[in-house]
Amino acid sequence: MYVAVKGGERAIEASHRLLEAERRGDPAVPELSTRQVSEQLPRAVDRVMAEGSLYDRELAALAIRQAAGDLVEAIFLLRAYRTTLPRLGNSEPVDTARMLVRRRISATFKDVPGGQILGPTPDYTHRLLDFRLADVSATDPAQRDDTVQRDRLPPREEPMPRVMDLLGREGLVEEETTAADEGQPPADITREPLRFPAGRDARLQVLARGDEGFLLALGYASQRGFSNTHPFAGEIRYGVVAVSIVPEELGFAIDIGEIELTEVQMVNQFAGSDTAPPQFTRGYGLVFGHQERKAMSMALVDRSLRGRELGEAADSPTEDEEFVLYHSDNVEASGFVQHLKLPHYVDFQSELELLRRLRSEFDPPSAQAAE
Amino acid sequence: MPGPGGALDLRPGFGDPVADSQSVFRAVLAAMSEPGTVRTVAVEMDAPAPLHPATAAVCLALMDFETPVWLDAAACTGAVRTWLRFHCGCPLVADPAAARFAVAADPVTLPRLDCFSVGSEAYPDEGATLVLQVGSLDGGMPVTLSGPGIPGEHGFGPEDVTRDFWLQRRAFEDLFPQGLDLVFTSGVGLAALPRSTLGRW
Amino acid sequence: MTRVSTAARDGGYTFAYLDEQTKRMVRRAILKAVAIPGYQVPFASREMPLPFGWGTGGIQVTASIIGRDDTLKVIDQGADDTVNAVSIRAFFARTAGVPTTTRTQDATIIQTRHRIPETPLRAGQILVYQVPIPEPLRWLEPREAETRRMHALQEYGVMHVRLYEDIARYGHIATSYDYPVRVNGRYLMRPSPIPKFDNPKMDRSPALQLFGAGREKRIYAVPPHTGVRSLDFDDHPFEVQKWDQACALCGSTASFLDEIVTDNQGGRMFVCSDTDHCETRVRAGHVESAAGGRDPGGP
Repeated sequence: MYVAVKGGERAIEASHRLLEAERRGDPAVPELSTRQVSEQLPRAVDRVMAEGSLYDRELAALAIRQAAGDLVEAIFLLRAYRTTLPRLGNSEPVDTARMLVRRRISATFKDVPGGQILGPTPDYTHRLLDFRLADVSATDPAQRDDTVQRDRLPPREEPMPRVMDLLGREGLVEEETTAADEGQPPADITREPLRFPAGRDARLQVLARGDEGFLLALGYASQRGFSNTHPFAGEIRYGVVAVSIVPEELGFAIDIGEIELTEVQMVNQFAGSDTAPPQFTRGYGLVFGHQERKAMSMALVDRSLRGRELGEAADSPTEDEEFVLYHSDNVEASGFVQHLKLPHYVDFQSELELLRRLRSEFDPPSAQAAE
Repeated sequence: MPGPGGALDLRPGFGDPVADSQSVFRAVLAAMSEPGTVRTVAVEMDAPAPLHPATAAVCLALMDFETPVWLDAAACTGAVRTWLRFHCGCPLVADPAAARFAVAADPVTLPRLDCFSVGSEAYPDEGATLVLQVGSLDGGMPVTLSGPGIPGEHGFGPEDVTRDFWLQRRAFEDLFPQGLDLVFTSGVGLAALPRSTLGRW
Repeated sequence: MTRVSTAARDGGYTFAYLDEQTKRMVRRAILKAVAIPGYQVPFASREMPLPFGWGTGGIQVTASIIGRDDTLKVIDQGADDTVNAVSIRAFFARTAGVPTTTRTQDATIIQTRHRIPETPLRAGQILVYQVPIPEPLRWLEPREAETRRMHALQEYGVMHVRLYEDIARYGHIATSYDYPVRVNGRYLMRPSPIPKFDNPKMDRSPALQLFGAGREKRIYAVPPHTGVRSLDFDDHPFEVQKWDQACALCGSTASFLDEIVTDNQGGRMFVCSDTDHCETRVRAGHVESAAGGRDPGGP
C-alpha cells in the first residue's frame, strides 16, 4: 500500500550535513581563514559588500567562505544579516572630491590637474596564467623583497578635484541637482518600495547594489545600439573616503570611519532640446570597493535610464525603468528563478487535469475533413 | 510634582515592547477585520493625560519615525508630545493633510474630514488612520454597519461622535478606495471602522 | 503523534526574526490591506534568511502578526511535511518559539503555499498565503504604472477578454490555478497559485486571509465574511475540478487529489493533497476505497 512521503525534516538535516562536507572539501587541506579571504580575495569581498549592501570586509569574507565561493549566495547571506541590524543614524553624503585616491584616470583629457594615476589595475597585464602563483612558497611575502609591503602604502594624502567639475565650470556639462538640493530627503529603497516613475536617487541606489553581470550586459547593450548614449569615461577614481555623521546631541559632523569606493563619471552627448542648448550629460556610477567594471556599467545604465527625462526616444530595454530596476537585484532574481525547485505539484495536477480534458475534447482537423 | 513636559513627567511605554506591541496590533487587526466589534487592549498602560490606555497603546504599537502624527488640541499637551517623541520618535505635524495618523482626544471638535489625506487613486493606502478617543464605545448615535468583515449588519454607536461626522463619513464612502480608516478608543476598549464599511441610520 | 509541538526559542534573534520597526511597518501595511480588501499595499519588504520566491512575503506577514499565544501550522501543496513547509515551520519554532501543529483546527495562524485546507476555517483563524506574483493583470500588462491605473479605473475588461478567448478556443475557461477573483465587487485579485478548486473556500470565509508577496513587496487581504467571486460568464459559470477517483488512503471524494506515479509502466493513484485532512479521516475510520483507488493507467 502507498504510504504518503514523510521525513522532510530528516532529509533537510542530512542535506545540510552533505553541504557542509562539500564546502569544507578535503579535510587534509588546511581550512581557509576569514582573514585570508578578506586579504587575498579583495575583489570578491568588494562585490559581496556592494551587492550585499553592507560594508564589512570580515563579514563579507565569512559569507564567501560559508557560501563556498558562490558570490551571489554570499551576497544573499549578507543581505539577510543586514535585515537584523537596527538603523542608528544616517551618514552625511560622502564627498568624493575629497577622496584619497589610489587610482584615477580620465579618458577624455590627455592630462588633468592631479595627473593620471594608473594605480593598481589589471588593464595592461597580459592575461597569462602566472604559474609562479601555483607554488605558494614562491609568493610567500617572507620569500620576497619588501616591495609588496611598500606598494601597500596608504593612498596619496592630498584630495584631487574631479574632472567633471572642470567641464562644469565652462557650462559644457549639465548641472547636477540632488534631492538634498531641493530640500528633499533622498529616497531609501531599503525602507520604501519602488514607485514609478522612480527618482534618480532611487534608481542609483538600485543600480549600486544591482547584479554586476546584469548591469554589465545592459551597459554593453547600450553601447551596441539598444539606447545610444555616446559615452566617454570622463573620470574613474578609486580610493578612500571618510564617512561622517552628525549626532543630534553634538550638532556637527564627526568621522566614524572610512570606506573604499570606486566612482565613475561618464560624459555623454546630448543634442539639446527646445528648452536646452546642446550640452554634455552625465552617467554616474558609485560602488563599494574597487569595482570598475561594475561602476562603469552602472554609469552607462544610469545615463540610459535618463533617456525619457532628456526627451530621447527611450524605447530600448536599457532605457525602460521598470525593466531595469525590477530585475537588477540578484537576491530577488536568484530566489525566484530557483523557487522553481519547490514542489508545484498541486498546480501541475490542475494543469494535467485540464490538459487531459482539452485533449479528450480535441477534434483534429483531419478527422473533421474525413467526415 | 515634576514640571509640565519635564523629563520626570515622562510616562513609561510598554512594559514588554515586543509582546505588548504584538498583542495591541492583533487587537487592532481584529477590530479592523470585523468593523464595529469591540476589542480589549490587554496590556498595562500608564498613559499620559488625557490619553486613555487604549489610545496610548495604539500609538505605541503603530507609530514611529516613518509616520507623521497630527494631534488635536485636546491631545496636544506637553506630556503627550514628549511621550510620543520619546517612545515613538514620530514627527508631530500641524498640518492634518501631512499626517499618516491623527489622534483626537476630543472628536466633537474634529476638523472636517477632508482636511486629512485620503490617499491617491493609484495609492489609496496613503489615506490616514484616525484614532478617535471617545467617552464610551456605545451609547452614542446608533449607526448600522455593513460591508467587508460584517456578516449581514452590525449596530455601532460610539459616544462623542456627531451626526455631522457620520454625514461627512457617509459622503466619503463614494471616494472608495480612497478614504480614512478610523479606530475608536475608550478606556481599554477599541473598535475600528475601515473605509470599506458602509454606515446607515 | 502529538497535536502540538513546542520548541525553545533561539535567543540570538529578536522574537520572530524581524526587528520591531520592520514589524510596525508590515503591520501598518496589513491594516491598510484589510481596510481596502483586495488592494495591493506596497511595503518595504526585507531580505529574509530564506530566498525570495520561497515564501518571504508570507514569512514577513506571519512574523509580524504572530505572538506567544499563537499556534502555527505551515503547509506547502496542502502538506505539512513537504521540505519547504518543514523549513518555514522550523524557522518560526527557532526564532519565535511558538507551538506548531499539523492540525488545521488547532492552529490560530496557517501559513500556506498553493492550497487552502479542506477543513473549513473558523472565525479568529488567520490564513497567510505566500504569493509569487500579486498582480492579476501582470501577464496582460507588464508595467506596474499601467496596472495601477487599470485598478484605479477598474479597467478589468482585458481579463474577461482573455478568459473569453479560452472559451472561444476550447469551449471553456482554461485557467486551472491562480484563477482571478473579484473582492467585494471592487478589486481584481490574484488568489496566489491555489487550484481553482480552492477558490470557493475564499468566499465569505469566517477567517481573515492575508497575502504576502516578499519579492514583489506587496501585501493584500480579504477580511472575514467578504465576498470573493471567481470571474465567469452567464453562459459559462465558474466550476471547479472533479476527479473520477476517490483518495486511495481515506476514500475522500470531496478533496483535491494529488496524482502519484507508482511504477515505470505509468500506473498511478490519487491521494488527498491535504495531509491533515487525510490523516484525520483515516484515524476516524475511513479506509481506502475497495479498488484501492488505483488507476491502472491512462488510456
